Amino acid sequence: MNLTLKVWRQKNASDKGGFREYKVKDISEHMSFLEMLDVLNEELLEKGEDPVHFDHDCREGICGMCSLHINGKPHGPLQTTTCQLHMRSFNDGETITIEPFRAKAFPVVKDLVVDRGAFDRIIQSGGYVTVNTGGVPDANEIPIPKVIADEAFDSATCIGCGACVAACKNASAMLFVSAKISQLALLPQGKVERKERAEKMVAQMDAEGFGACTNTGACSAECPKEIKLSNIARMNREYFTASVTTENV
Amino acid sequence: MSWVTKTLNSTLGRKLIMALTGIFLILFLVVHLAGNLQLLIPDEGESFNLYAHNMSINYFIRSVSIINFAFILLHVVYSIVLTRHNKKARPVAYAEAKGSTNSTWASRNMGILGTLIFIFLLVHLRGFWYRLKFGLPDKVMVGDAEVDNAFIIVVEAFKNPIYVGFYVLSMVFLAFHLSHGFASAFQTLGLNHKKYTPIIEKVGLGFAILIPTLFALIPIVMYLQSI
Repeated sequence: MNLTLKVWRQKNASDKGGFREYKVKDISEHMSFLEMLDVLNEELLEKGEDPVHFDHDCREGICGMCSLHINGKPHGPLQTTTCQLHMRSFNDGETITIEPFRAKAFPVVKDLVVDRGAFDRIIQSGGYVTVNTGGVPDANEIPIPKVIADEAFDSATCIGCGACVAACKNASAMLFVSAKISQLALLPQGKVERKERAEKMVAQMDAEGFGACTNTGACSAECPKEIKLSNIARMNREYFTASVTTENV
Repeated sequence: MSWVTKTLNSTLGRKLIMALTGIFLILFLVVHLAGNLQLLIPDEGESFNLYAHNMSINYFIRSVSIINFAFILLHVVYSIVLTRHNKKARPVAYAEAKGSTNSTWASRNMGILGTLIFIFLLVHLRGFWYRLKFGLPDKVMVGDAEVDNAFIIVVEAFKNPIYVGFYVLSMVFLAFHLSHGFASAFQTLGLNHKKYTPIIEKVGLGFAILIPTLFALIPIVMYLQSI
């Protein structure tokens, strides 16, 4: 496949940045999208140019490190991570637009690399259980109904990639935050601190400058892990309940 | 900052205000429509005039109408506050964004739809509410009571095809606004469950089609009667 890439290049956070066009030739349709970018970067390095910077790590679709807004969608045309997107999803001769995730809370570091530290700070504000809950308990020692365990697990599959923020017209982080609040609120170990957690994580989310939710459902539709919108409703319940019942006046 | 202002100033709290005022306005639409449909009773406007008169002298109704105005304003003000906040959350726009592949058009354009409905509301209030309250309307006898002839104001207004067209078009905007707003309000309130969310979505869609259609039918019928 021969492709034209319209890539966002930006030297650093303060640079204005802009698109640059590159041609890549003889791309195999079996390559992943990131491998295709590797090919481009090899060529750029050979020419002595600065390679295109992009985030990646496991390349197995489980770490949440890769990002990219490809042809108007986070992680490209399929509902998966960019590393699991293959070039067979594109047509020979196509022009592919590659942008970084856009959000005030995700500032561009360089080219396509954005700083998603805001997610880490939200987790640090309450996305954990404060006491040591010990090792793995024996099976069925803590009774948890199967449906609840499944629901918590579904929420816990969120890899924190930020596609929800990237897809949302308001750059809202509610799908991410609600998944993290949900996975802990549903399980016995997390229930003890559920109220304080909801208050703190929502406060941190707002402090980071993410937008509000319009319930468009774009986040869930683009989420590579198919996190459900019902998580956001649960977060709202958790937060409003916490607001009227905690000791924090 | 007290816990109340902290909660209501959070992004979730602001959405809560949008949802609660929105649900109130949805209920208001039903009451308003029930009143309007009396315009179609073929009694020279007697039922409608009597109804309008009773509304204007009932203190409970008058109190609720003040709350209604306040909630409309609150819904508008908070939508502006939220929209400004949301715009700031993405200072650099995408060169390419395919919103249509992941969400409905109405859900992405609630602000535009709301603005169009608000413009309609201003014209609507000027044309009917203001004229009735401050325009020294004609009097008419209904039984033993002398009441304002609200009916004739409506009849006169709906003789104008441009006004009828504007009214009907505004009801289309309202329908799209409700097609997202109805179900969205419940989601914001935290009410999402596989048992009742599909019901809310179906009722919401039915409401979004039925209520604006009935509203729009009135000017159309009255215009046809006038020619």
